[in-house]
Amino acid sequence: MNQVLNDLDLGRIAASLALVVLAGLLSRVQRVGLVPELAWSSVRAFIQLVAVGYALQFIFDADTVWWTLLLLSIMTTVAALTSAGRAKGVPGARRITILSIGTAVVLTLGLVLLLRVFAFTPRYIIPVAGMVIGNSMTTCSLVMARIRDDLDAGRDHVETALALGASGRCAARPTVTRSVRRALVPIVDTTRTVGLIKLPGAMTGMILAGASPVDAVQIQLIIIYVLVGGTAVSALAAALLTSRAFFTPQHQLLAPLLVKK
Amino acid sequence: MSAPAAIAIGGLALRRGGRRVLDRVDLEVAPGTVAAVAGPSGGGKSSILRCVNRLLEPPAGTVHVDGRDVTAGDPVELRRRVGMVFQQPVALPGTVAENVRFGPAQVDRLLTDTQLAELLELSGLEPALADRPADELSGGQVQRVALARCLANEPSVLLLDEPTSALDPAARNAVEEALGRIVAERGVTALLVTHDLEQARRVAQRLYLLAGGKVVESGAPAAMLDGEDHPLTAAFARGELTGEAP
Repeated sequence: MNQVLNDLDLGRIAASLALVVLAGLLSRVQRVGLVPELAWSSVRAFIQLVAVGYALQFIFDADTVWWTLLLLSIMTTVAALTSAGRAKGVPGARRITILSIGTAVVLTLGLVLLLRVFAFTPRYIIPVAGMVIGNSMTTCSLVMARIRDDLDAGRDHVETALALGASGRCAARPTVTRSVRRALVPIVDTTRTVGLIKLPGAMTGMILAGASPVDAVQIQLIIIYVLVGGTAVSALAAALLTSRAFFTPQHQLLAPLLVKK
Repeated sequence: MSAPAAIAIGGLALRRGGRRVLDRVDLEVAPGTVAAVAGPSGGGKSSILRCVNRLLEPPAGTVHVDGRDVTAGDPVELRRRVGMVFQQPVALPGTVAENVRFGPAQVDRLLTDTQLAELLELSGLEPALADRPADELSGGQVQRVALARCLANEPSVLLLDEPTSALDPAARNAVEEALGRIVAERGVTALLVTHDLEQARRVAQRLYLLAGGKVVESGAPAAMLDGEDHPLTAAFARGELTGEAP
């Protein structure tokens, strides 16, 4: 603990907390009742980030493939379980999120390493993978919940197409296309307006830490492209697997009303 | 019945959520005729249709279309031979022409403009409607587009799931007239689910009354509605027959 106190400049962190205290005071004046939540989330953020910081330091120092792979597996599993929890009522949701997020991680990291964008060192791989996994998690949840709800609401359309001799895949295509497009809107918009509306997180962090803006831009561009690619891959995989999960091999639409939401 | 039935259902049974929805239903429809299934709501009428084109897997019993067991082949191929019109009018995305061409497009077959116009006329629609977005039409028109859309696959059997219950009387008449023309001109066999006994009298040659998951009475519609040998049909007509087994 003493080590932690020595490593961190607690004074500066405490000073930044003043803003949270201010928000708490305002909330009290306006009787919004946010104080307990603000306090708890601030404490949680401190504990989580300090723990992660030391875990990363340990892995960076160890610099072995195995620790990195272990951490990536844990991150993927936690993200997949979280995402599946948001997609209740989708048959086999956990299998779908693990496959979709896993595919996104393997493909993006594979390409990044193959094309020598980054070296396979934990310092690069873990933060980049973390961003891909985090974004994929949100996108998978959106895609799966959307397809579930649209197939439920658009049951008449889907069954009309099936009754005309369309395969399940063809009957679900309009639903799938719509949900993937909508789920990818946030990341596409972010990419399109990057730098114009707000400076992205990685770039802000690097500039604050003293890197030159041009270096920061280079890293940020790589991150954005990897993120867009990885998120799109996970969204497409989740859409394909989810739409399949709602049809029997006989091209019958499962009744979402019978499936627990 | 001398010719083999176009639709033959034997001992069809279905349970849902522990409840018996269909209880050993037997039913036959002769080729080129219309049979109606009437009965209280929730009596499993729609489930019978869905077992014929395998939108629902027949769990017990047999279903034959044109002498072939429906569970023996590819369901997608089956559904091209067995068209279905649903209760709620459904316009697929695109124009009326795109709607009608949807089925043939699944097997890379293109309907010519002449064929398209013929199908629209047969279904009681102006061929000039072909280029209109289908979702701009009235419910009655969409239901006739649905008929034309089914016919584009050249089916031998049509399943009609209360196709006029969401329509006003004029639109209902137009759909019934179209159905009459289709059966007469194309020799299609139709199985119609309805809760309207007078509709059964107008369009069907045979009527099955379904209650509590069972066929409780059947015969020629006029005889069932006007005679005195069918007390349950009379009770249903008076609104005194519920979904429970009598």
